Amino acid sequence: MTHILFRHRDIPDIKNIAVYQQHAGFAALKKAVTSLQPKQIVDEVKASGLRGRGGAGFPTGVKWSFLPDTIWPHYVVCNADESEPGTFKDREIMESNPYQFLEGVAIACFAVGASEGYIYLRGEFYPIARHLDACIAEMEKAGYLGDNLFGTQVSIRIKTHLGAGAYICGEETALLESIEGKRGQPRLRPPFPAVVGLYGKPTVINNVETLSNLPYIVEHGAAGYRQFGSEKSPGTKIFSLSGNVNKPGNYELPLGTTFRELIFTHGGGISDGHSLRAIMPAGASSSIIRVDEETFDKVMDTPMDYENVQNVGSLLGSASVIVIDDTHTMDWVINKTIEFFKHESCGKCTPCRDGNYWMLQLTERIHAGHASAGDVKLLDSVAAQMYGKCLCALGDFSTMAVRTAIERFPEDFEKKVKA
Amino acid sequence: MSSVDNIPNLLRDKYPEEVQAIFAKYPIKRSAVMPLLYLAQREAGYITKESMAEIATLLELDTTEVAAIVGFYSMYHDEKAGKYRIQVCTDISCALRGADKFLEHLCQNIGIKVGETTPDGLVTIEEVKCLAGCDKAPMFQLQDGDQVSYHENMTVDKTMELVEALKKANLEVKE
Ligand SMILES: Cc1cc2nc3c(=O)[nH]c(=O)nc-3n(C[C@H](O)[C@H](O)[C@H](O)COP(=O)(O)O)c2cc1C
Ligand code: FES
Repeated sequence: MTHILFRHRDIPDIKNIAVYQQHAGFAALKKAVTSLQPKQIVDEVKASGLRGRGGAGFPTGVKWSFLPDTIWPHYVVCNADESEPGTFKDREIMESNPYQFLEGVAIACFAVGASEGYIYLRGEFYPIARHLDACIAEMEKAGYLGDNLFGTQVSIRIKTHLGAGAYICGEETALLESIEGKRGQPRLRPPFPAVVGLYGKPTVINNVETLSNLPYIVEHGAAGYRQFGSEKSPGTKIFSLSGNVNKPGNYELPLGTTFRELIFTHGGGISDGHSLRAIMPAGASSSIIRVDEETFDKVMDTPMDYENVQNVGSLLGSASVIVIDDTHTMDWVINKTIEFFKHESCGKCTPCRDGNYWMLQLTERIHAGHASAGDVKLLDSVAAQMYGKCLCALGDFSTMAVRTAIERFPEDFEKKVKA
Repeated sequence: MSSVDNIPNLLRDKYPEEVQAIFAKYPIKRSAVMPLLYLAQREAGYITKESMAEIATLLELDTTEVAAIVGFYSMYHDEKAGKYRIQVCTDISCALRGADKFLEHLCQNIGIKVGETTPDGLVTIEEVKCLAGCDKAPMFQLQDGDQVSYHENMTVDKTMELVEALKKANLEVKE
């Protein structure tokens, strides 16, 4: 299939502005600014069924329509924090197809009437931010950003902002705090950022991959976009495949592609002749899917979209598919994920801060073989008590793997505990 | 002498254009704190008490507020370490592909433990969380002041060559 997002895989030099222009680059932005009303774009994006690629899958056009047109200015903020373990797709878009991404940011700005867009990148993406700054300068020179775009009254400026190593800043309200020069801690909602966002103004926050779809949608319309994917999950998606597979990497495939096709056809199957034991389809925040003789075909034939992954007890999230083979046990896996969440909890909400501290004590003890069966029960109950009690979803995320590991892989814990 | 006179003007004197460009980027002053902290880290390799005080004055904040931001974000350092920080990802996807072993062998070869710095002050080894390079494990980032570079699909041998190259480059700079 040809790519919509990873066009650099078909046109290797597309990261040069001249090459991008030769391949219809900026045609969508020009069409939008010179011949469409912002509302028409919002409606088209609604009709396309595009859903947010940052994890929650919220319909993008619907989100945009929440911005009140009585309060100005509006801001667009692009979430390029990409910190969920197992996720590495936004990085490839920005590195290899930057102009399509920036064109998408500009289209979003026009659609919601924002004259300024900020791109929030994780601090580790320092070279990417400098590269995007250079691309933005090229676009200004060529008249695709700045004032009086295409001879109209429209002004659009894009700026990059670097984080400094904090997973929580991928959470949209923590991200806004961070741009405002504060510690990245989530805000109480409501009010939602659509009404009170960056600098207290109405703000749209979208993921890099979400925005990179916009040039295609504006150019080919909702119907064109809907050629790919399914009715409720249209379009293509980038699946970041990692762990125990022969060919880890990013794969852009229609939403609804099966686990089997991703892992075995594209990923080349499980490495070193081992067998597949577990899948985490949404990175470290996943409910863990158990794969054994009994469930193998059912899981493998499951279409990866926002609805169907639920049928095998998990969620698609950001489609960061971590593959785990039969040489690993889940006490080790959750010890790793809790090390992550303990480190990344921002400390604002007590259940998340203290809960992750205790979960780390317990997962370490269990993994080291020093725990009792009671400790496993205690771990499960700490996780259960945390759920739903925090300002943002990080607290919930940290419990998903823990609870499903204990429930779905009881043998791993039975073997570990002292009699 | 007023307390303001004690505040050094290091960033403003040495990087006037950059400081100005940073302020021009945002509608409120406070948003400049993160880029200014990176500038301070470029200057000294870590963020000194003096630069925190300078940034606080520039932004009309309390020094403790600036220090709280430094403490919150893991890429800001308030203590001196090696000129280069080798930050190896041992998070779940990398660990599934042998990152823990890689880190262990690397430490043995360099002769220091995680968190330690080589006696010549060149390299500190650290263990970090996912860097969005999960398909190219073992991998690490090299942090040098405000700059970062990724090194992916690494082996211990390749990393030792890199360390040698850094050593050489630094000797040349000093001479
Ligand atoms: C703890 C946490 C971390 C998150 N990290 C990211 C991230 O790195 N990138 C991202 O796009 N969204 C992340 N999100 C989701 C954002 O809050 C937000 O929903 C998303 O950026 C909206 O964009 P979308 O509608 O285009 O998906 C995170 C959410 C939480 C709770
Ligand atoms: S888990 Fe190591 S880079 Fe993602």
